[in-house]
Amino acid sequence: MADKKIGCYICTGCGIGDALDIAALEVVAKKEQKIPVVKNHAMLCGAEGLALIQKDMTGEGVNALVIAACSPREQGEAFRFDTRIMDRVSLRELVVWVHEQADQKDADTFEEDRNMAAGDYLTMGCMRVKKMNAPEPFQDPGFSKDILVVGGGVSGLTAAREIAKAGYKAILVEKSDALGGHVAGMHQVSASKPPYRDPQPNPIGQLIAEVEGFKSIEVIRNGDIINTAGAPGLFDVTIKTPSGDENRRVGALVVATGFKPYDPAKLGHLGHGSSPDVITGLEFEAMAKAGKIVRKSDGQPAKRVAFALCAGQRDAAHLEYCSSACCIASMKQARYVQDAYADGSAYVIFQEIRTPGQMEDFYRGAQDAGTVFIKGDIQKVATGSGGLDLEVKDKLLRSTETLQVDLLVLATGMEPNLDTQDPNVPAPVKPGPETSHTTLNLQYRQGPSLPNLKYGFADSHFICFPYETRRTGIYVAGPARRPMGIAAAMTDASGAALKAIQAVESVARGAAVHPRAGDLSYPSFRVEACTQCKRCTEECPFGAINEDDKGNPLFNPTRCRRCGTCMGACPQKIISFANYSVDMIGSMVKEVTMPEEDDEKPRVLVFCCENDAYPALDMAARNRTPLSTYVRVIPLRCMGSMSLVWIADAMSSGWDGVLLMGCRHGDDYQCHNVRGSALAEIRLSKVSETLKTLQLESARVRMIEVNIMDANVVVDKINQFVEDLSELGPNPFKEF
Amino acid sequence: MAYNLSFARKVYKNAEMGHWIKMCMQCGVCSGSCPLGPLGAWEFGPREIFQRVRAGKEEEILGSGAMWMCTSCYNCIVRCPRGLPITHIVHGLARYAVETGKVKPTQPTARFATKVFWNNIVKTGRVGEAALSMHLYFIDGIGTGISNVLEMKDVALGMLKSKRLNPIPFRGKIKGYDGFKKMLDKAFELEKK
Repeated sequence: MADKKIGCYICTGCGIGDALDIAALEVVAKKEQKIPVVKNHAMLCGAEGLALIQKDMTGEGVNALVIAACSPREQGEAFRFDTRIMDRVSLRELVVWVHEQADQKDADTFEEDRNMAAGDYLTMGCMRVKKMNAPEPFQDPGFSKDILVVGGGVSGLTAAREIAKAGYKAILVEKSDALGGHVAGMHQVSASKPPYRDPQPNPIGQLIAEVEGFKSIEVIRNGDIINTAGAPGLFDVTIKTPSGDENRRVGALVVATGFKPYDPAKLGHLGHGSSPDVITGLEFEAMAKAGKIVRKSDGQPAKRVAFALCAGQRDAAHLEYCSSACCIASMKQARYVQDAYADGSAYVIFQEIRTPGQMEDFYRGAQDAGTVFIKGDIQKVATGSGGLDLEVKDKLLRSTETLQVDLLVLATGMEPNLDTQDPNVPAPVKPGPETSHTTLNLQYRQGPSLPNLKYGFADSHFICFPYETRRTGIYVAGPARRPMGIAAAMTDASGAALKAIQAVESVARGAAVHPRAGDLSYPSFRVEACTQCKRCTEECPFGAINEDDKGNPLFNPTRCRRCGTCMGACPQKIISFANYSVDMIGSMVKEVTMPEEDDEKPRVLVFCCENDAYPALDMAARNRTPLSTYVRVIPLRCMGSMSLVWIADAMSSGWDGVLLMGCRHGDDYQCHNVRGSALAEIRLSKVSETLKTLQLESARVRMIEVNIMDANVVVDKINQFVEDLSELGPNPFKEF
Repeated sequence: MAYNLSFARKVYKNAEMGHWIKMCMQCGVCSGSCPLGPLGAWEFGPREIFQRVRAGKEEEILGSGAMWMCTSCYNCIVRCPRGLPITHIVHGLARYAVETGKVKPTQPTARFATKVFWNNIVKTGRVGEAALSMHLYFIDGIGTGISNVLEMKDVALGMLKSKRLNPIPFRGKIKGYDGFKKMLDKAFELEKK
């Protein structure tokens, strides 16, 4: 953009004007950074201040903004102008608030340091805007807003219904010839309405009818997805049906493939296989639905029924996790026995009862109906004269008792009915039809399945972004994501449907989905300089980059979440965003003037994750936590975008140390971009060699984990680093 | 066979407040709150009483002294997260044990309550403490009676001195005894239903 005209506006409100030498700051912007329009105002976010900026934009032709006021996390609505080139310099939080308590003895020095900090931040802000171009949103005439729902069970049906209700077209693919999934085989369902005490009629028939009644839902039965190519907005899905292959262009996918019941044949210790009267919960549902609760062995009425909970769940030898729905399902099934026979007895043999939320009332309802709850282990199942003899070690009676029943129902757990892959072992497969068959058959360089984290469930951030997978535009809902019951699955499906709608709408605008929702920028690749090292295609946490036969990156903009991990990974520096690049941050680092060694004013650079560490720092600032005046903070989109070039730039231009503040990584990661901080740490492990070639101590660069709750310790950690650096003495490169 | 529900169902139906037993979730807050627990005074606390009822252990429960130890302090009722009227359930079970004749004849509280105290109060309409104590001390015959009296004499003298014990037995009946009698008769009638 050749005709970029930058305006720099300094707010003097919120104590900024009292604490800082505003005239000196204006000199920095005007004289040093050569910004044509530099102004200050006592309250920039007020109507008058905003009008001042707006007037310059319309009158003076200012089209790029440096707003030096509060943190970019504040007043976002107010400072919304018709320009895509803007930087917010946080004078209030990062300077005034954290540098408040001047030591009386050397108040002058303190004030000088504080003004230097403000000047440096403004310098970096001006440089950032100088290096910034307006991002052009990615557009494609082929964008589709249709949403493909995989799986016609209760989750998939709900998702399709919600999509249709919101005015979008849904394509529902079911692998069998009937809709309804496991729920279709159930007699009743647990309570979803007050007073939450008794089972309710099965809603699946009504749900199916509702879905079939929508003109905007296309149902494909006996469908098998054999190929999913493309990217959000541009997914091309091939569905194999008995009457030939169907191709559909869709914007996003909701994967609601549900669960597989755990194989009861592995539960010999609970008597499975020893008698036909040991059955699973789903078999019992079928019996109740048919109105025949009888012994399988001889057809006699089954008036005494025991339910074994945790039939394999929370057992290291079987499923390590809780399946969440089985306690409630068994309580419901116990009611079938009492409903069928006035003198029926139902026993629930449990480890711990888990009835979250309103289901505690359902538990009460089951107790009120006379269900006996026995905390204990089934030690032996034998066929006796009058049915099955269960030897139960009752932990509450502290004794072993024999319980005689007609049926033993095993509440088997849920396994995801969805193939996933370990992301730490990236499948080195090339996209192509020859790859083995998976649920979605994704044409992604990183493999045909969704990445998992634990127990084979698709990875999702279970607190912040529960439906997001590591593949943009593909949302997993229901028990395919984690074990859950019907009510939870329906809520889940609605959530995933809304995320899918959000994705197709964002894609249509050329904008990113979370965590940089609305971001229009995306990386561009200077492919002619590519050395085919494949780091970007391997490291992208979202599998956005495919490869051609030669190993060149084939970028899919709509798969991208704009974290910049590819940019940080690229050793050739060929990847950059219009408004975020290696050169930009490097220039900011180099632009800051380093004080002479004799001044004894060290400079410490902090690269800080904008998602977690930066808000923590803002909160610390709000608490007026005193931070060392030698520190300068640069927020990054993600630690994954951290380029080692910047470390080299900082060291060679005289910074005394660099601190990286990223998110927790590992199995319980908190990184918004899944692997960004982990990759940064790996990259950093290689930096000590670089430092050695510069004859510098590796202790000058440190990475720490900071989470958003760390407001009370984040400043201490930075100050500690500054103190540790003072033992190393100044960076010898200062003199050059 | 354990967990035969016929006993539990009888208790739910016939024991006062007995139907609440099925609502117990066995958390044990009642037993942990009972001031008698640390004294080792009972064979088992309320939680275990309830689980034994559900497990069908009729003889063990009704013959036990567990529910006779309750002093009605109401700690358990106050603390029960499920809102069970535990004190009342325990008393109901005790009474049920008497009604069904399963209570052990040697159970001291049962004997005191059902024979000594009850007869004393019904006769006149109020408790005559001297007669009540004498009746209790001599419940097992003259020999143990004398030793009981000797053992308690200092307490009794102290109570006499502070006018807490009236040595002259209460004669006659309380005012409005007819009404009191009518109430009792009505209660018996209701219970028979």
